[in-house]
Amino acid sequence: MNEITITRNNHLIDPTLSIWGWEISVYLFLGGLVAGMMILSGYFLYRERHKQFITSCTVVPLIGIVLLSVGMFALFLDLEHKLYTWRMYTTFQPTSPMSWGAWILLLVYPAMFAMLLIKVPGFIPKKFTLLFKWSEYINNNKRVLQSIGIANMVVGSGLGIYTGVLLSSYGARPLWNSSILGILFLVSGLSTASALVHMIAKDKEESRLLARADNLFILFELLILGLFIINLLSSTQAHINAVKIILTGPYAAGFWVFVVGLGLVVPLLIQSLAVSHRIKHTAVAPILVIVGGLLLRFVIVNAGLLSHWTKVIGLE
Amino acid sequence: MARFGMVIDTKKCVGCMDCVVACKTENNVPEGLNRDWIVQDVKGTYPTLNMQIRTERCNHCDNPPCVYCCPCGASHIHELGGVVLVYHDKCSGCKACMAACPYDARFIHPDGYANKCTFCIHRVENGMDPACVSVCPTHCMYFGDLDDPNSELNKLLNSRKHRALITEAGTKPQIFYLD
Amino acid sequence: MDVSRRKFLKISGASLGLVAASSTIGGFVKKSNAFFENKSEDSKSVKKIPTYCDICFWKCGAIAYVRDGKLWKIEGNPDDPLSKGRLCPRGTGGIGAHYDKDRLTSPLIRKNNRGEEEWVAVTWDEALTYIADKMQKIKSSYGPESMAFFSHGIGGNFLKHMIKAYGSANIAAPSFAQCRGPRDVGFRMTFGEDIGSPERTDIENAKCLVLIGSHLGENMHNTQVQEFAKMNGDGGVIIVADPRFSVAASKAKYYLPVKPGTDIALVNAWMNVIVNENLYDKEYVDKYGFGFEQFKAEIQKYTPEWAYIETGVSPELIRDSAREMAKYKPATLIHPGRHTTWYGDDAQRSRAIALLNALMGSWGRKGGFFYPVSMDVPAYPYPEYPHSDKPKVDNPDKKYPFAHETLTTGIREATITGKPYPVKGWLVYGTNLMQALPNRDETIKAIQNLDLMVVVDVVPSEIAGWADVVLPEPVYLERYDDMNVEFFKEPFVAIRQPVVEPPNEQKPNWWIAKKLAEKLGLGNYFPWNDIEEYYKTRLTNAGLSFDELKKKGIIKGKKQPIYFDEGVPDKFQTPSGKIEFYSLQLQEKGFDPVPKFNKQKEPPAGTFRLLFGRAPVHTFSKTQNNPLLYDMMSENEIWVNKDVANKYGLKSGDYVKLKNQDGVVSNKIKVKATERIRTDCVYMVHGFGHNAKKQTLAYGKGASDAGLITKYAVDPLMGGNGMSVNFVSLEMQL
Ligand SMILES: Nc1nc2c(c(=O)[nH]1)N[C@H]1C(S)=C(S)[C@@H](COP(=O)(O)OP(=O)(O)OC[C@H]3O[C@@H](n4cnc5c(=O)[nH]c(N)nc54)[C@H](O)[C@@H]3O)O[C@H]1N2
Ligand SMILES: Nc1nc2c(c(=O)[nH]1)N[C@H]1C(S)=C(S)[C@@H](COP(=O)(O)OP(=O)(O)OC[C@H]3O[C@@H](n4cnc5c(=O)[nH]c(N)nc54)[C@H](O)[C@@H]3O)O[C@H]1N2
Ligand code: SF4
Ligand code: SF4
Ligand code: SF4
Ligand code: SF4
Ligand code: SF4
Ligand SMILES: [Mo]
Repeated sequence: MNEITITRNNHLIDPTLSIWGWEISVYLFLGGLVAGMMILSGYFLYRERHKQFITSCTVVPLIGIVLLSVGMFALFLDLEHKLYTWRMYTTFQPTSPMSWGAWILLLVYPAMFAMLLIKVPGFIPKKFTLLFKWSEYINNNKRVLQSIGIANMVVGSGLGIYTGVLLSSYGARPLWNSSILGILFLVSGLSTASALVHMIAKDKEESRLLARADNLFILFELLILGLFIINLLSSTQAHINAVKIILTGPYAAGFWVFVVGLGLVVPLLIQSLAVSHRIKHTAVAPILVIVGGLLLRFVIVNAGLLSHWTKVIGLE
Repeated sequence: MARFGMVIDTKKCVGCMDCVVACKTENNVPEGLNRDWIVQDVKGTYPTLNMQIRTERCNHCDNPPCVYCCPCGASHIHELGGVVLVYHDKCSGCKACMAACPYDARFIHPDGYANKCTFCIHRVENGMDPACVSVCPTHCMYFGDLDDPNSELNKLLNSRKHRALITEAGTKPQIFYLD
Repeated sequence: MDVSRRKFLKISGASLGLVAASSTIGGFVKKSNAFFENKSEDSKSVKKIPTYCDICFWKCGAIAYVRDGKLWKIEGNPDDPLSKGRLCPRGTGGIGAHYDKDRLTSPLIRKNNRGEEEWVAVTWDEALTYIADKMQKIKSSYGPESMAFFSHGIGGNFLKHMIKAYGSANIAAPSFAQCRGPRDVGFRMTFGEDIGSPERTDIENAKCLVLIGSHLGENMHNTQVQEFAKMNGDGGVIIVADPRFSVAASKAKYYLPVKPGTDIALVNAWMNVIVNENLYDKEYVDKYGFGFEQFKAEIQKYTPEWAYIETGVSPELIRDSAREMAKYKPATLIHPGRHTTWYGDDAQRSRAIALLNALMGSWGRKGGFFYPVSMDVPAYPYPEYPHSDKPKVDNPDKKYPFAHETLTTGIREATITGKPYPVKGWLVYGTNLMQALPNRDETIKAIQNLDLMVVVDVVPSEIAGWADVVLPEPVYLERYDDMNVEFFKEPFVAIRQPVVEPPNEQKPNWWIAKKLAEKLGLGNYFPWNDIEEYYKTRLTNAGLSFDELKKKGIIKGKKQPIYFDEGVPDKFQTPSGKIEFYSLQLQEKGFDPVPKFNKQKEPPAGTFRLLFGRAPVHTFSKTQNNPLLYDMMSENEIWVNKDVANKYGLKSGDYVKLKNQDGVVSNKIKVKATERIRTDCVYMVHGFGHNAKKQTLAYGKGASDAGLITKYAVDPLMGGNGMSVNFVSLEMQL
């Protein structure tokens, strides 16, 4: 028997760490989603398929800018010393993933803006002639076009991996203590982005291609999730306890039912049937994927906050 | 160079929380928040029991993840004795440092910034012991320079069995508990 | 923390400067202006004023710090033999008393019924005139003895003097019949002297310390805890008998999980082993002992095997711990305990403990019991008190032959029955009778019989809620109190003096006593103009300086012998002049001359014996509303053995209510499911579960043991109230 009492009773820390609420999960989810979107659209642009994959390369960056701004606003909401937010931009801290993230976010916007210039959105008044001139320049210049594509893929990958590395860098929380988390969040971002585009693309082929891509991403994500779990299970007792929080502990239902079941396996089945033309494409599968992606962040963030080196919470 | 640390004799500590109260009055720690706290760690079944009582606080780690993860440069290692401190006016309250600390030693001050034990640097600079050390009625806490081989700390560490907390996390904590 | 951001900006700038500077200078303890979350203590805006603590009755010497005119913190006075420069957590948190938001601010007179806590604020003159009129009426109708005074602590001294001048000797404190009474009687019967307070225990020099209940480390009487830690750190052996695995138990070499109420059996078995194995200090016993052979014969039946059945402690453990004790004699100290009113057989248990000490030869020896010394400071030369023909009201016909102090519950009884004569007025100072006395209903019944009920307090306490007149006192940091001429290891006097101003119209006890005396026509008993004059007179008569005392807080006298081998005369104030192993005076009054074990009633199935004790951060019922200490511990818990809790489906953090044998149901209280207690009892910290509505922090937090103690076993020797005789069941919270 081991009986531990702690007199500390600090807000957000006791009885269990609860420093980050929904804001951070939403921020990480949107960050991953936008990252996936950037990689997809960047890839199509790089392959000069932007004329065909018109949604991916014109609508998606616009949505991306909006979603990322929502994400950043969520992050801002979470800051406790809001007046001092600007302090993130008076310094660059190379050892701090959050500092990297702050600066990467600054690169994301120009990259997506550049992408937008391929076809200036309709709502921009014609009097902004400069924008139209740039657009023309880009469209006439293959190297520039491809560079924008590459930039979006690179920055997008950075963003996607960052959302995972942000967590995995915290050695204090055993559940996050896996380098696989970066890849997991990146792939999840790609999968949710594909689902989104698949859902909204007007072009049949674009939509179908992304459904097929999504199936691949989901398969891949399942594989990585498996690796993530095995990786922790084969580590120290603290890591085993940590991963038990999602396998059998308080977050097991959320993890198995919503993240794995409804978020990955079910949509994979539906989409596989749809791709092989046995059923029609509907919004059901992509919505499940997107919600699943969001819940993945919630489960990993919250269960991670519960995980601890010495305290075994919810598993007694 | 000095390396400040503490050695705490758990044999003598009675868990009275005097160190906690003293920290609160000395440093004006806001109501409901604690920079230090007591852990009672009981093993066994009645009546064959073993209880270790510990007073805990920020370990002023030699390898402090809270400093490394800080995006604002607010958390930093002070030149004096390697004490880990926070500049209130650089802190955005992002709580990364709280996520990064395996000891849950930090909290958010009601004014928004991250806060924690300072090793009472304002006293130490004036040649005094930290408030918690100087109040302890059982004299079970020792503060000093771990780099000084002749310090009371090293004498104790050399002669008694001891351990630091959650060393697995790799933070190199600078507070040691004598069995 | 009120560091403004602007200030901190400056500070961090300065500390950056330090970073640059110190790398060149190298030395580590270098003065700088960095990190002034606080000003340095040498700063001009900081004043240090010595005083002594009043959060409990240990009276530790302290130094209070006032920064920019505001009370900042309080520390121990290094010159003080009691605190040795370090206060206990309650003392450190004492400044919270000054900051308590619910303090009494002006005198109050009751509006409606007693106990309803409805008041009209009045002036001091109105309040004191009201009291004086009623007191005069009581005197003329019933005699001055019908006015009783309850007080606890040194703050009551001047009011005590006033009541004596008025003509009553019915003055009692809960420190006798509810606390250390049985112990002092038990030791008196054996060695001819009390243990007293601060205890004359030389823990520091003991090589083996035996604690029977005494939960040092939770019981935070400062010097005791300091010495306890020291002797433990120095490798001393600790033996603890307690039904609960206390903090002290966790330091013990031998922990004896004794069944509650069976300590006499245990101590007698220890003595059986020590006597029969010839492990006692033979020379000492031969020289000082009286009736040893009869004693030896008496304890033959208490074998460890016999004791095992009663106490649940295995014979081996009893033998091993007894032999261990004997190894270190005479520096083996069997602690006499302090709160010893447990089962009604307490004076006899204390006597058994005294006898065990006698076997170790620890009385009068280093590491045992020393002979306390004090400074020779003459009392103030007051006129003589008026003579009374009536004996004290609390102990008619010497019903309790060995009660040598007044019994609070005796006065309460007389107030209810009117016998041997009526009691019509209560003046209550610094004692919360609602939590301190067992059986609240009796206290309330007594109060309802009064013509006058006055309470002097600092907060709207439970007892204040029952008063006709409430008088607000400044807290100890805002007033002078009587000089402490302490009896301890070395002689010293100490001063309590104001550190900050009282925030409202509160008036100190000496002022209240003097003004009230004047209104009663007893002004001649208060010939001094103010307390400073009183201090000066006494100190001058002792050849000491008031200014020095004010400045240092403490003046020490020359060291004096405190052990026999230092020259203390080895005389005992018992009838035989010896250590009485066999007590003829007890026999004469029909009591056992050698302590005998009598079985306690067992808790009926489904119920648990209710035990109680201290938490390090609170004093009785007086600190729960102190914001600093409230922050440390805001409610108490009921300790329940883990197996028992499991059986009930309870886990730590769940709330239950407790119901006692008389159907009294407590406030809800949090469960602490723990391995650290036996299965036949439950335990809680005393002092919580306040029902005074105006104490906004403490009100309704946790449960009150006092509320559940409707039954009490009166010690036939001395009238103490054994309070551990109540049984409770756990009532689930829905
Ligand atoms: N922090 C703090 N310290 C204080 C005080 C305070 O209010 N707060 N008050 C002071 C005062 S005035 C007093 S009197 C003392 C009281 O302190 P002590 O004299 O130490 O009081 P006890 O009643 O012995 O303490 C209760 C302990 O006895 C155990 N116990 C209960 N029943 C039995 C039994 O039948 N047998 C045995 N062997 N043990 C038993 C309980 O489990 C608990 O550990 O504390 C003093 N110190
Ligand atoms: N059930 C139960 N009863 C017990 C005990 C127990 O453990 N359990 N313990 C017993 C023991 S050992 C003792 S010593 C007694 C202690 O009993 P008490 O001495 O009555 O202790 P408290 O309950 O703290 O009550 C102190 C009162 O003084 C008031 N007060 C505080 N500071 C000041 C001040 O500066 N001036 C004035 N005028 N008033 C002040 C407080 O508000 C409170 O009303 O209780 C005994 N009774
Ligand atoms: S003050 Fe000392 S004895 Fe008390 S809890 Fe703190 S470290 Fe332990
Ligand atoms: S204990 Fe925590 S806050 Fe303190 S230095 Fe180590 S990681 Fe940082
Ligand atoms: S909360 Fe403040 S100190 Fe902590 S990591 Fe964020 S900016 Fe740095
Ligand atoms: S060193 Fe100072 S700041 Fe740190 S816990 Fe002790 S008193 Fe508090
Ligand atoms: S023991 Fe603690 S509360 Fe009592 S007088 Fe000393 S410091 Fe004050
Ligand atoms: Mo007491």
